[in-house]
Amino acid sequence: MFGMIFILTWCLVGAIRIIAQLPKEDRKRFFLSLVNPKILLKDIKDIFCDCLLHVKLWKRNKLLGYMHSSIAFGWFMLIVIGHIEVFFYAPHRAKLLYFPIFFRYFMAEDDSTMGGAFFFFLMDFFLLVVLSGIALAIIKRVHSRFFGLRRTTNPSFMDLIGLYSLWSIFPLRLFAEGFTADISGGSFLTKSLNHVFHAFLGNHMNMLPTWWAYSLALGIFFCVLPFTRYMHIPTEILLIPLRNAGVRIRHPRKGYAEAEIYSCPSCGVCIDACPMGVMKTHIKDTTVYLNRQLRRNNEARIEEISDKCLLCGKCTAVCPVGVEGDKLRIAQRSMRKYGITPDYSAIDTDSLVKEFSTGSGASSGKVLYFAGCMTALTPQIRKAVESVLTKAGISYEMMDKDGGICCGRPMLMAGRFGPAEEMIAKNTEIIRKSGASTLLLSCPICYKIFREKYDLGDIEIIHHTEYFDRLIRNGAISMRRSDEKYVYHDPCELGRGCGIYDEPRAVVSAAGQLVEAEKNHKESICCGGSLGSLTLGFEKRQSMTENSLHNLTVASPDRIVTACPLCLNTFRRYADRPVEDIAETVDRNMN
Amino acid sequence: MDFGFGIAPSSTINLDKVDNARFGQLHNAEPDVYKCMACGSCSSTCPAGRFSGMSLRKVILALQRGKEKEAVKMLKGCMLCGKCSMVCPRGINTRHLILSICRIYNED
Repeated sequence: MFGMIFILTWCLVGAIRIIAQLPKEDRKRFFLSLVNPKILLKDIKDIFCDCLLHVKLWKRNKLLGYMHSSIAFGWFMLIVIGHIEVFFYAPHRAKLLYFPIFFRYFMAEDDSTMGGAFFFFLMDFFLLVVLSGIALAIIKRVHSRFFGLRRTTNPSFMDLIGLYSLWSIFPLRLFAEGFTADISGGSFLTKSLNHVFHAFLGNHMNMLPTWWAYSLALGIFFCVLPFTRYMHIPTEILLIPLRNAGVRIRHPRKGYAEAEIYSCPSCGVCIDACPMGVMKTHIKDTTVYLNRQLRRNNEARIEEISDKCLLCGKCTAVCPVGVEGDKLRIAQRSMRKYGITPDYSAIDTDSLVKEFSTGSGASSGKVLYFAGCMTALTPQIRKAVESVLTKAGISYEMMDKDGGICCGRPMLMAGRFGPAEEMIAKNTEIIRKSGASTLLLSCPICYKIFREKYDLGDIEIIHHTEYFDRLIRNGAISMRRSDEKYVYHDPCELGRGCGIYDEPRAVVSAAGQLVEAEKNHKESICCGGSLGSLTLGFEKRQSMTENSLHNLTVASPDRIVTACPLCLNTFRRYADRPVEDIAETVDRNMN
Repeated sequence: MDFGFGIAPSSTINLDKVDNARFGQLHNAEPDVYKCMACGSCSSTCPAGRFSGMSLRKVILALQRGKEKEAVKMLKGCMLCGKCSMVCPRGINTRHLILSICRIYNED
């Protein structure tokens, strides 16, 4: 009873705090979304699918999904049916929250009526479902591999208290109801247990300690809940409407970010996903531990974890509740104060436009090719793209022949939003002045920020993988198939970042036989060269690159194809077979 | 030695008068700063160099010699693209070095 009141007030205060911390416009958006029937329907659907049925976990691993949904959905049904029972048998007591929980103790009903037997059967059935879930959970603690988890989270002390009290609630409930089954009725589970007990424990006084133990376990669980990972159960119900309302992270600790931090169930799916995990020393730098440190306000560790991350976004992609590990880290980096602020106002955009557009409006309606900084280190990509464009007879202008202004994404990933926006403004000016109709990019890092942060009006922004796919489709270039085996590596920023998976595969399939890596599409492993990490040195990245290469070469391909200059640069340092950009593949295999 | 009739202003630096406190602070945060052998790979790949004269090699030298103003002026052009860290033969994490300089030094 006390536990119940405690947890309800805690959740209410927490929810009000998070909503109060939201910026004004976000708060308005959130309240508006609650009266919008379409979003409300989506809220209810998402809460039902994610919180109760755990659909995402089912997709990951059937056993893991069953374990979670049996406990969550089973418990939910126990509560619902318990309330329905109370409404039927003791409507005057229905206002008391604790009454349904201890219904069997207070009330003596008989199961002779059809309705009674039906409810008793349902209650026992769902209790069995929950108990099977608990049994699986105990097995998972010992053998997490059965559940598709290579490594699982190391629980903190409070988590252990919560865990053990949660485990004990349902067996104790079974015992308690078993003892009272002959008085208050029961079904296949509790009735039969009652018969067993009668064989050696005839005294009805035995039921008192079991009911006490049951209520104690329940009380302890609810009292420690705010300090354990189980806080994710109530928080997720708040997070889902916030997310559907379009609220995003703006501050690393307040508002939406806090809802995300407390929604983390510490399941540890992100530990296996993290590319840094190949080195055991980095396991404590995964998102699940970032969330734990954020809850504890351990500043030193928070800084360390946020700076080390490669920002590949895989933890966000696999997270069953939608915690955005990469965005939390960028928000954390953005809080830092610097004494020196970059200033690019001296850069003259007019002269830069003149460099590539000979004469006035020469490039109007044309393709503008922006190779990007990284491509300058891998000139073969630029050459290949230019060669394909020339062979296809497409007139284009090269925007950064002698080096251009950076797209701003590396600066943004370091959390310095001001300078990044300045660069974005400069580049926007150049591109708009050029009068081009299409902006062709070679670097997925640029591509992501161009799609998300640039406002270029009617100018189409396209990556060369998509562009080549289009050229092949409309017959502008034709490929000849070789019998070489290719594996395609999904660069983080192109795949998870922009959702481009099919176009590059279509292009590679036109050039040869396409095989898949062990982990592909949104689970592709970062090459280890990412600009996201601020503190990881060169020597520490080698094992990540080797792990990623190992993942790519499972199907023993002849060549590794990627679509990112940074991945190319990183892979070819350690690869045992040729690595090339998709532009080179197209250039070599086209007629 | 300044006789008062040179064509260019004297570039003599009196290292005794240089305040090394901040550089010591930087060295504590980034021990790698002493690894730099001033090869200039960073400067030759730097896309910001053509706009603002940014050169990490020069920045490190200038800071060591106490010419902080010069270094700050160059650093203000840095776009943090990270190409320098990829070409550094000494494996210095140049992006973090630049961020540390930006944190420790200030603009005046």
